[in-house]
Amino acid sequence: MTSDGKAIRPWSGPKGPAGWGLGDGQAIPWEYAPAPESRDIAKVRPQYGLFIGGRDVPASDGATFTTVDPSTEQPLALVARATTDDADRAVRAARRAQSRTWGRLHPRERAKYLFRIARILQERSREFAVLESIDSGKPIKESRDVDVPLAAAHFWYYAGWADKLAYAFPGRNARPLGVVAQIIPWNFPLLMLAWKIAPALAAGNTVVLKPASTTPLTALLFAEVCRQARLPGGVVNIVTGPGEIGMHLVTHPDVDKVAFTGSTSVGKLIQKGIAGTDKALTLELGGKAANIVFEDAALDQAVEGVINGIYFNQGEVCCAGSRLLVQESIAGPFIEKLKARLLTIRVGDPLDKNTDVGAINSRAQLDKITELVAAGTAEGAELYQPPCDLPDRGFFFRPTLFTNVALSHRIAREEIFGPVLAVLTFRTPDEAIEKANNTEYGLSAGVWTEKGSRILAMVSRLKAGVVWANTFNKFDPTSPFGGYKESGFGREGGMHGLHAYVSLEDR
Amino acid sequence: MADRDPAEGRIEVWKTYKLYIGGAFPRTESGRTYLVAAADGTPLANACRASRKDVRDAVRAARSASGGWAGRTAMNRGQILYRVAELMEGRRAQFVEDVAQAEGLSAGTARAAVDRAIDRWVWYAGWADKIAQVLGSSNPVAGPYFNFTIPEPTGVVGIVAPETSSLLGLVSRLAPVLVGGSVAVVATSETRPLPAITLAEVLATSDVPGGVVNILTGLKAELAPAMAAHDDIDAIDAWGVPEALRREVELAAAENVKRVARRPKGVLDARFDWLDDRAAERPEWIAAFLEMKTVWHPIGV
Repeated sequence: MTSDGKAIRPWSGPKGPAGWGLGDGQAIPWEYAPAPESRDIAKVRPQYGLFIGGRDVPASDGATFTTVDPSTEQPLALVARATTDDADRAVRAARRAQSRTWGRLHPRERAKYLFRIARILQERSREFAVLESIDSGKPIKESRDVDVPLAAAHFWYYAGWADKLAYAFPGRNARPLGVVAQIIPWNFPLLMLAWKIAPALAAGNTVVLKPASTTPLTALLFAEVCRQARLPGGVVNIVTGPGEIGMHLVTHPDVDKVAFTGSTSVGKLIQKGIAGTDKALTLELGGKAANIVFEDAALDQAVEGVINGIYFNQGEVCCAGSRLLVQESIAGPFIEKLKARLLTIRVGDPLDKNTDVGAINSRAQLDKITELVAAGTAEGAELYQPPCDLPDRGFFFRPTLFTNVALSHRIAREEIFGPVLAVLTFRTPDEAIEKANNTEYGLSAGVWTEKGSRILAMVSRLKAGVVWANTFNKFDPTSPFGGYKESGFGREGGMHGLHAYVSLEDR
Repeated sequence: MADRDPAEGRIEVWKTYKLYIGGAFPRTESGRTYLVAAADGTPLANACRASRKDVRDAVRAARSASGGWAGRTAMNRGQILYRVAELMEGRRAQFVEDVAQAEGLSAGTARAAVDRAIDRWVWYAGWADKIAQVLGSSNPVAGPYFNFTIPEPTGVVGIVAPETSSLLGLVSRLAPVLVGGSVAVVATSETRPLPAITLAEVLATSDVPGGVVNILTGLKAELAPAMAAHDDIDAIDAWGVPEALRREVELAAAENVKRVARRPKGVLDARFDWLDDRAAERPEWIAAFLEMKTVWHPIGV
């Protein structure tokens, strides 16, 4: 039992497919004992306010909304639902802080605040990891090993840039843009917060951040970290609420820059929202990445890479390798290997340390995945799902693999944002490139081959901002991330990520 | 159309100014022209008033040329841009006359603009094989991976050229697009389009492959929104977009998430000093039409 009395479902053995020596319909003869992380460490408060001017305040009209645990569908906490007045107040607080404190602070001192934040995130990492998993549904091993450490690393990395901007932009004076509105998605709530806030603050900007409405809690815990670090009030402001609050920030006349991560359709609305103004904009939008496996690849490594590419974070990843392009000569055995590997994926309680695939973030997202998977079947693709049991409650979806997929199918064109892999085949490198690039997206891609010159040739022809060769879904604060084409513009991470938050003036 | 005294004994041969698309000089498919006058009001030519369909033809030509141009080695691109400067130098007198007429400048002032336009090609040509070293990076990730970031061309760029500086302004916006490996569809200065067509004649006889630069004359109110709305244009250089059109152009550009390079805040096209090298020669203008690609590979034996 977990601390809240919820029964942890022992992972019941899946049924082996025919031809794998596991016996048709036989359970694989091993099970995992539950390994639950303690829920208590997250210390979820019954109610959370907005974070404006360094203070925890209720919405001006007192309104709240409920954030739920997607793995149980149970309410977690009440969160203030910001009004447009609250958003205006947050922008004013950010402006005041930018012109009076943060913008005037010696860059060396700015750096030290960011280092403090990085350190506090490390110190409280377990608390953040549990809260993140509870609020978003992602497996604890991912929030613990990926989201939270990377978030701390981002603050650490950009802290060091704060007083070294002159070296990043030779011959130019890098000046802060001013007040930045940042709107982030629900798939990596704390990590996206770090990607946004760390470079903005390092460059001397102040921010108003709007977390996704289904995952506000780690951002509000981050507000507590800001207070603990004694960050001057108004440097970071966090307003929680619906999408309209985000759009209000985008169009706010006193916002100098907008940074958005989310869907391409909303990205376009935001780009339209700043049309005709002088606001700067960076967009990190959707993707439909091709993971290309050549016949000479190290197949077992490629299997792991393809699995990680699409089932990491329930596939709720903009750069997920959602299209597998496998060379025809090995397609049969490779797909069998994938199916066998799928049998060992454990779907269930996000707080169980053995869980590979946790809960889908929301009912709405689960419905969207369900709808697209139904479309895949209806359009003639062949569905495979491992016969694992799903918890009775919560938003869960079986890891899914489609074969016989045509490039024109919706599951091969639309971003599903779920644990659904579309398998296509190719014969020649040219065909692989043609298919990989045949999408309006261009965020990421993967290439698996043991031939170095082929990797480099593929890398140079793929229209994607990040290419993983013989690996996938790796992230690092020093490594720029962002898309080509309708996957957005601007980069986050690395020196290039700073560029999004400065205006370059002549020396 | 400024005629000389017939007493000079020879009637001039006038030039028909056409568009430049895919390395050829077609008339506008629309059959429309508009009268272009010198700064002093003297009628100069019936310039083509290009249409939305001419934009489409130009984009098709540009897209076909894009892969080849991006695939050139950086040094080769640099030499090709340098070659444009060489050819312009040879036609310097013609450019000076064109610019003086179009912009109403004295011969000396026009000469300064033309000389600087030639020098600007040289400046950008030199960037071809350096920009990747300045903007690229090797990234020290926390793990056993080799990780690097390299710039790549954005693709097809729609350039709405500066309105006031007909040649120097155009060259200053066009060269950074080309040196990074992107290709261009240009809407020239609306009121001063003729020097751009003379430039097209230089490009046509240079080593710049057909389709890499496509030049349209006409009304910006027609061409800029058509370019902004075209799905196969990846980026818009909005420097020369009139303020009244800016919102419309940026709204259309959002439909396929185009990169929009705006004129910097507070800068007026008519007042911008294109002779000021510090302001008008900027690697950032190359970077505006580049995409950063990051590559990961494990390190192991």
